[in-house]
Amino acid sequence: MAEPRIIPFPDHDTQGKTVTSDGIKVQNLYLERDGQPLLRGVNLGLNATGVTALIGPNGAGKSLLLKCIAGILQPDGGSIDLPETQRFPALVFQKPVLLRRSVRSNLLHALKLAKVPRKLRPGRLAELLVLADLTRQSEAPARALSGGEQQRLAMVRALAAKPQLLLLDEPTASLDPAATSAIEELTKRTAHAGVKVILVTHNCAQARRLADDVAFLSRGQVTEHSAAETFFADPKSDGARAYLSSELILQP
Amino acid sequence: MQTFADSFSTAFGLIVTGDPILYEVVGLSLQVTFSAVAMAVLVGGPLGAILAIGRFPGRGILSVVVSALMGLPPVVVGLGLYMALSQSGPFAVFELLYTPMAMILAQFIIVTPIIAAISRQVLSDLSLEYGETLRALRATRAQTIATLLWEARPGLLTATLAGLGRAFAEVGAVMIVGGNINHVTRVMTTSIALETSKGELAMAMGLGIILLILSFGINAALMGVRGTQRARAYG
Amino acid sequence: MRTIALSVAFSLTATMACCGPFIVVQSTTSTANSGLYDAILPQFEAESGIEARVVAVGTGQALNNARNCDGDVLLVHAKSAEEQFVAEGYGTERFDVMYNDFIIVGPGVDPAHLNDAENASVALSSISATGETFVSRGDESGTHQKERALWEVAGIDTEENNGDWYRETGSGMGATLNAAVAMGAYTMTDRATWLAFGNRNTHEILFEGDPVLFNQYGIIAVNPEVCPNVRSEQAQVFVDWMLSDAGQSAIGAYTRDGEQLFFPNAD
Repeated sequence: MAEPRIIPFPDHDTQGKTVTSDGIKVQNLYLERDGQPLLRGVNLGLNATGVTALIGPNGAGKSLLLKCIAGILQPDGGSIDLPETQRFPALVFQKPVLLRRSVRSNLLHALKLAKVPRKLRPGRLAELLVLADLTRQSEAPARALSGGEQQRLAMVRALAAKPQLLLLDEPTASLDPAATSAIEELTKRTAHAGVKVILVTHNCAQARRLADDVAFLSRGQVTEHSAAETFFADPKSDGARAYLSSELILQP
Repeated sequence: MQTFADSFSTAFGLIVTGDPILYEVVGLSLQVTFSAVAMAVLVGGPLGAILAIGRFPGRGILSVVVSALMGLPPVVVGLGLYMALSQSGPFAVFELLYTPMAMILAQFIIVTPIIAAISRQVLSDLSLEYGETLRALRATRAQTIATLLWEARPGLLTATLAGLGRAFAEVGAVMIVGGNINHVTRVMTTSIALETSKGELAMAMGLGIILLILSFGINAALMGVRGTQRARAYG
Repeated sequence: MRTIALSVAFSLTATMACCGPFIVVQSTTSTANSGLYDAILPQFEAESGIEARVVAVGTGQALNNARNCDGDVLLVHAKSAEEQFVAEGYGTERFDVMYNDFIIVGPGVDPAHLNDAENASVALSSISATGETFVSRGDESGTHQKERALWEVAGIDTEENNGDWYRETGSGMGATLNAAVAMGAYTMTDRATWLAFGNRNTHEILFEGDPVLFNQYGIIAVNPEVCPNVRSEQAQVFVDWMLSDAGQSAIGAYTRDGEQLFFPNAD
């Protein structure tokens, strides 16, 4: 895995046209709600593959950044450049919102939205069920599944469109260790298949297990971005140091 | 004084003897009400969806108007429709006054706001719940509305039941535009009004009891459908 | 969705699918509520092949509906209003068709002693004098118009007492009778409605027989020159039949509990 490029601390030289690269480029991203700035000039460059962890304290803007990248939030300024193949990222939320239908119908619905031709859907459905290990529960009502099963279903539903960029917003925050491990396994397999993953998490151990690089957000800005090993061994910013030390106290 | 016991035995007698007039009146009631409510669902459901999900100027005001129309007195609807359908009114050429079709129209006007307002509420709640997920799944606007409508079935069923109840029990409007003509536009509620005005209180109450039993049956049947759907959705 | 649409389409066609020739009769309620039409119309329909659809409302509303051209024949009981209707051109000609009379009913104990009254004015005066409740239709019906005329002859201003002992229901004869029975009050009704009325409780006829209580019913075909849509041919068949020997004897033959309700008097 190539060393991720480090974006220097907020840089306002964004007037010129962005240089097209094979990675994801977030430049001077700005977002406000009710006059409150929530993202205050986010700059971040990411490789087109691998797993990036976005960490930082509550309210730093991690989920907002993720939703901007997903395209379901319109930023008030700045730009996001995604490689051609990653134009249509998939997004998985902390709390999965499943349709009040069977597991199978949920996936078929997603396949339909993903414009998968009708003839190909049964095959794809079977693949996704296997991937989520839900083949046995295929006819069960989705909302009757356990929390872990629901999140696995949400993960493979997001993969129905064969996205090249998968955005995970604290996907294991409300899951037990076994279910967490299943989601992490699924994440790894997805990344191995060449899909870029951006993961928002509060779980530093999870970030260590999964991430190639880590971006630290604080008060609406990326204050540090480095390879995961480097970040956890030697955080540069005060904020990241303070965050990691409190994490250590809470999650020994 | 005629007693409740008289009413029950009258109702029972009408049912067991298979009174043909009763069946005719009940049949027309059901036909008028189901037609009106089906039309109201076809119009009010999508209208509720547009109000819940659509983005256009005046949406807020339109929502308030639709909610306010739920309080429309049936007699006013009947009178307005009478003036519209009368031979001296603008829609005289259709010759609908004193026909079952006029009664269907009256009930349609009364019921549509109810179904639209309840659908709007149900769908805007669901839209909050599913909105981000569906956007993340790249659903188009039409696909979003279709998905929400399908997911909203239990709520829409409630809306339909509310509409059915209102239509089935309605008397003021259908009396005016139907004319309570024997064998043509006489339904359960206008028969009850007629028997009351003839002082046949036991018969009127007996018909009321039959109306209640029918209403109970329709509700139970639809709730049964809803129960099965719920079981499928939640296990 | 498709099933809903189909069932709507089906039931709409079912309701549209219709019938042979018919006329709409705008009628006073007494003739309908007393069962007269149920007794005589089958005979008319059998003889003429025309279905008579009766819309039973108060005389006032029947006249209004007919002015809107929403009826082919008018059968009501307010002679001066009917003559005005014809004079205005809405009707072709007015014919006497039958009569009965008005009566005053009240609680059997008769607190205002109507039984002793020698004429209608005295009867009404004693109600007013004792302050016993009197329930009025208050709906511009033929009965209401007659009742107001009687109070005027008796020299009593009901408007002054409106809401006190004089109560207007603003409803049909049946609803007004139900109210009078429930309130233990007096009211005026046509005899036919009373004889056919099922909820008399302890109420009885307390005053009758004054010639001023005569109640004439008239029949009018709506004028096709004013209302081009009317089925004037069939309407005329109905009017002719009601005035014919067959119609007149059918009216005279109708009884409730052995009493004749309407007395044919066509010329």
